[in-house]
Amino acid sequence: MSPMNGSGDLSSEMEVDAFRHLFPLRFHERHLLESIRPDGRPLGRARDTTLALGAVASADGSALAKIGCTTMLAAIKMEVMTPTVESPDEGCIAVEFHMPPICSPIVRPGRPAEVAPVVSKQLSDTILRQVVVTFSGMIDLKDLSLVSGKAAWMAYLDIYCLDADGALFDTALLSAVAAFCHLKFPMVSLNDDGRLVVVSGESKGGKSGKEAVNKEQRKLNLISIPFSLTCTLHKNYILADPTAEEESIMETLVTVVLDSSLRLVSFYKPGGPVLAFTSAVM
Amino acid sequence: MEVDRADGRTRNQLRPLACTRCTLNRAHGSATWSQGETKVLAAVFGPKAGTKKNENPEKACIEVIWKPKTGQIGKPEKEYEMILKRTLQSICLLTVNPNTTTSIIVQVVNDDGALLPCAINAACAALVDAGIPLKHLAVAICCCLADGGYVILDPCKLEEQRTKAFAYLVFPNLLASVHRKGSLQVEVEPVEHGIITSVTRGVMPVEDYLRCLERGRAVSAKLSEFLRRSMQLQAPSDSPTAG
Repeated sequence: MSPMNGSGDLSSEMEVDAFRHLFPLRFHERHLLESIRPDGRPLGRARDTTLALGAVASADGSALAKIGCTTMLAAIKMEVMTPTVESPDEGCIAVEFHMPPICSPIVRPGRPAEVAPVVSKQLSDTILRQVVVTFSGMIDLKDLSLVSGKAAWMAYLDIYCLDADGALFDTALLSAVAAFCHLKFPMVSLNDDGRLVVVSGESKGGKSGKEAVNKEQRKLNLISIPFSLTCTLHKNYILADPTAEEESIMETLVTVVLDSSLRLVSFYKPGGPVLAFTSAVM
Repeated sequence: MEVDRADGRTRNQLRPLACTRCTLNRAHGSATWSQGETKVLAAVFGPKAGTKKNENPEKACIEVIWKPKTGQIGKPEKEYEMILKRTLQSICLLTVNPNTTTSIIVQVVNDDGALLPCAINAACAALVDAGIPLKHLAVAICCCLADGGYVILDPCKLEEQRTKAFAYLVFPNLLASVHRKGSLQVEVEPVEHGIITSVTRGVMPVEDYLRCLERGRAVSAKLSEFLRRSMQLQAPSDSPTAG
């Protein structure tokens, strides 16, 4: 067993690094015995999180979220569309999650990441959650309506992963929620053909018959804000907010999403068996 | 309050189960599993030589292909594939045949609610049929939260669409727990109390989720009994067995 605590000289530091790559599980377990992780965090602590609103100037709402090294950029563009016949006073949200090759060495142009469509679907489930009987989602689609039956907003939410270092869903959800918080509806007005066009800047006097349909730029109401935490489980240890290295060696991953009233939105766990009562995670 | 559901079942009653093995001649293992109207066909091919690019060659690799009944393959199918893959990876003994790939193809024949649990049960039965070494079996159940705040099991499609929240749960199922020989207190809690997979949709309070877990665990014993019975009865002949 090569020495774990390399004390400054080059030969023992090289051995630690080699040990980390050759026997990653033993390397991490040795750290777990001391209740600490390779980057110095205690088991239950998440990485530093930063959030920047308005990262993309040309979008109607945007945010850049970073949890440790994992970086996600979310942007929302709004467009006017005619609503469907079944729900004439509801708008629509389209969620797309992209993992370009910049984010990780595993993703190549011809070979999309396996996890991308899964995270995308999970995100759209969490954000939309349309249920016929009771509405339990984050956003009320009726908020997105302009003229009932004729015009409604369509929001295109695009999330780009710029760096994938574990806990992808957490960062993506954080950036999406922040982008929706930052969202301001653009001003629209009715032009001569009776169609709604987006007006940039203040409304000008202009042609006759042109009046602004929504007078002031308003923000979107969020009903309840979801927040999530991903953890890995390994034997008896629960590690919060794993990095990509930890995720790849430890097979069991759990993602818990709670909303502002502490109700469970999602408990997502594909993988190995775990003991019950993991409410310790929350 | 008892018979609230559209088809007259009580809260804890499952739909009629049916499991057939050896349905496909050329596949190494195959099974159909139906719960009421929902029917799924699973086929297993493998182990085949070689693993895919990013996979660990020291272990066997599992590949899942999900075919919907109609329409193109999109994100929901990819999500199901990933959930199935990780669930089955945890029940198979991966170190027995390293550097091989086992393919599991799941074909949805009819979808009438609780599709994912049905598919997991079918895949597990197909793996047993193919003779792939497994650590233990897995039983899957869908629990949903009805309006009154109580838990109903195995919803049909209408119930699933109308409900506020539902959870798909998969529990491990060991031989020892079925025969009840000796004590299972290996660790603090016995192994069959664990959950292999849990996917929830919709918002529900935490206590309700824990209640779903308890209820699901209680029913998993019944499901596992059915699964094991249908495995045994089918050994020599090809005649289908109804549960």
